[in-house]
Amino acid sequence: MTTNAADVERPAAPPAFQHLGFARKFKNHLATTVFTAAFVIAVIPLLWVLITLLQRGLAPVLSSTWWTHSFNGLLPTDFGGGINHALAGTLLEGLICAVISVPLGVLVAIYLIEYGQNSRFAKVATFMVDILSGLPSIVAGLFIYALWITTFGFNRSGFAVALSLVLLMVPVVVRVTETMLLIVPDELREASYALGVPKWKTIVKVVLPTALSGILTGVMLGLARVLGETAPLLILVGYSSSISYDMFGGELASLPLTIFMERGTGTAAGDARMWGAALTLVLVIMLINLVASLLSRLFAVKTK
Amino acid sequence: MSAPEAPPADEPKKVVRIGDRAFQSLATGSGIFVVALIAAIGIFLLIRAVPSLQANQVNFLFSRVWDTSDPNELSFGIADLAWVTVASSLVALVFAMPIACGIALFLTQYAPRSLARPFAYIVDLLAAVPSVIYGLWGVLVLGPVLKPVALWLNQNLGWIPIFADGNAPADGGMNIFTAGIVLAVMILPTITGVTREVFQRTPKAHIEGAQALGATRWEVVRTTVWPFGRNGFIGGSMLGLGRALGETVALTVILSTVNSGPNFSLFDVGATFASKIALGSGEFNNNMQVGAYISAGLVLFVITFAVNALARWIESASGKGKS
Repeated sequence: MTTNAADVERPAAPPAFQHLGFARKFKNHLATTVFTAAFVIAVIPLLWVLITLLQRGLAPVLSSTWWTHSFNGLLPTDFGGGINHALAGTLLEGLICAVISVPLGVLVAIYLIEYGQNSRFAKVATFMVDILSGLPSIVAGLFIYALWITTFGFNRSGFAVALSLVLLMVPVVVRVTETMLLIVPDELREASYALGVPKWKTIVKVVLPTALSGILTGVMLGLARVLGETAPLLILVGYSSSISYDMFGGELASLPLTIFMERGTGTAAGDARMWGAALTLVLVIMLINLVASLLSRLFAVKTK
Repeated sequence: MSAPEAPPADEPKKVVRIGDRAFQSLATGSGIFVVALIAAIGIFLLIRAVPSLQANQVNFLFSRVWDTSDPNELSFGIADLAWVTVASSLVALVFAMPIACGIALFLTQYAPRSLARPFAYIVDLLAAVPSVIYGLWGVLVLGPVLKPVALWLNQNLGWIPIFADGNAPADGGMNIFTAGIVLAVMILPTITGVTREVFQRTPKAHIEGAQALGATRWEVVRTTVWPFGRNGFIGGSMLGLGRALGETVALTVILSTVNSGPNFSLFDVGATFASKIALGSGEFNNNMQVGAYISAGLVLFVITFAVNALARWIESASGKGKS
């Protein structure tokens, strides 16, 4: 019901919705039921996935060696072993990815909000960040393969994976930082300028600290998202079942890759390891999410 | 404060500080870098794809063959990949769109205000589950449950081509039908998020106007919220489509049974652009072979670029025109 000027001028017709008869009541109730049901339907797969993970993954995760050992030397049919190697690989890749993505993403957001504002180029950049956020992870992996491995001649490695994850994490960091910078009140900036503080110092010492909690939250959420990515791993690094800290060559395990590889074994022991790794991955992501919400509470700016 | 001052620049009175210059260049440079990155993705994929495309023995767009085992006799076409990719994504949209719209309406118009945020958070949690886990769940848990449904569709509606026999038994559970439903779950939060935001922006005056005329809650939704948010909903759905088209691992796990080319049925197995590349990574030892997969990746990049660009365009157009 858009209100045009013409609509307003028109003499009032009899009230549009008269007489709450059975049909209208029925439709109204039906709609309420349908929309509520839609929400319930969405909750079903979520619970279903989580319950499945707990059912099948809890036993291996609770075993005595799970957090302390790797899969080194295990035969496909051997039960036991632990997720240590994959955890190390995943966290290392995540760390490198974050170290590159966070400054880059924050700087892009600073450009967009503090410098570019409504300039033409800022619009192009915003659009490109949007496109980047829709980039399929496999394409990110292929691009790094074409650039890092084929063109520059480096090895398949954990570092290459981290580079591809950067492509997926940067848009998240930019989006979140942008939103946070936008809600920093202009009065703060103006007060700082009035004291003669240069713009860059205002941004670094006033604007960013004010937005810090939100940015940290966004960083953690972005990290949680990229740590679960599997597609670039398949292309960019080989799987190892033992612990490795070598990010620049050779094989490296990670949680998603472990899940994928253990699925190939087709044994009961492999299944247990697979579900265990899956549950571990979800636990890691939940933990990161938890840290994100803690950080946002801890660093939240005290509003007046 | 302690920033050294540069000598007076061309414009009088305006102080130019080196720190400011440097910081601005850094920020602008990062902006340029991101734009260049997208261009670089396109360019590098193209550079790597062209030699293989030139050596291709069959028509890249229309051939249903994919044989890259011999680097000197490459023959690869994307017809089958395109079918599986598009079919699974469309199945996903058919399931996800109405549900996402319902959720968005529930969250914005029906849910009690204090619960709307936690409820929205629950839906967002769907996006936090990694795709490889959806793949496992799809193939080991959901697939078997869907078997009777697939079988029933196949037996009773088999005269409709998409429900006819595929290249795998309809009761196999690992087919486009299952994959589409898993994809629907995965893209649900994307569509819901965008749609919820647009529905929330419905002008209060419109809603109150409808209420003043005696509209029921459903009539309010139908006459104000829906017309206002329709385009945003479509834009959000396109974003979801973009995500579904590029999804890799879940589909690799669910669809990757090696089989003959698809029969253009929902009970086909096969490979999408993305899962083909993921599966082919074992063959990545020769630039020509890799180039074939990169060609597929380039097509996927172009398609998702177009879909996402269109989605953003619809989304931004919807906000301006009506408010």
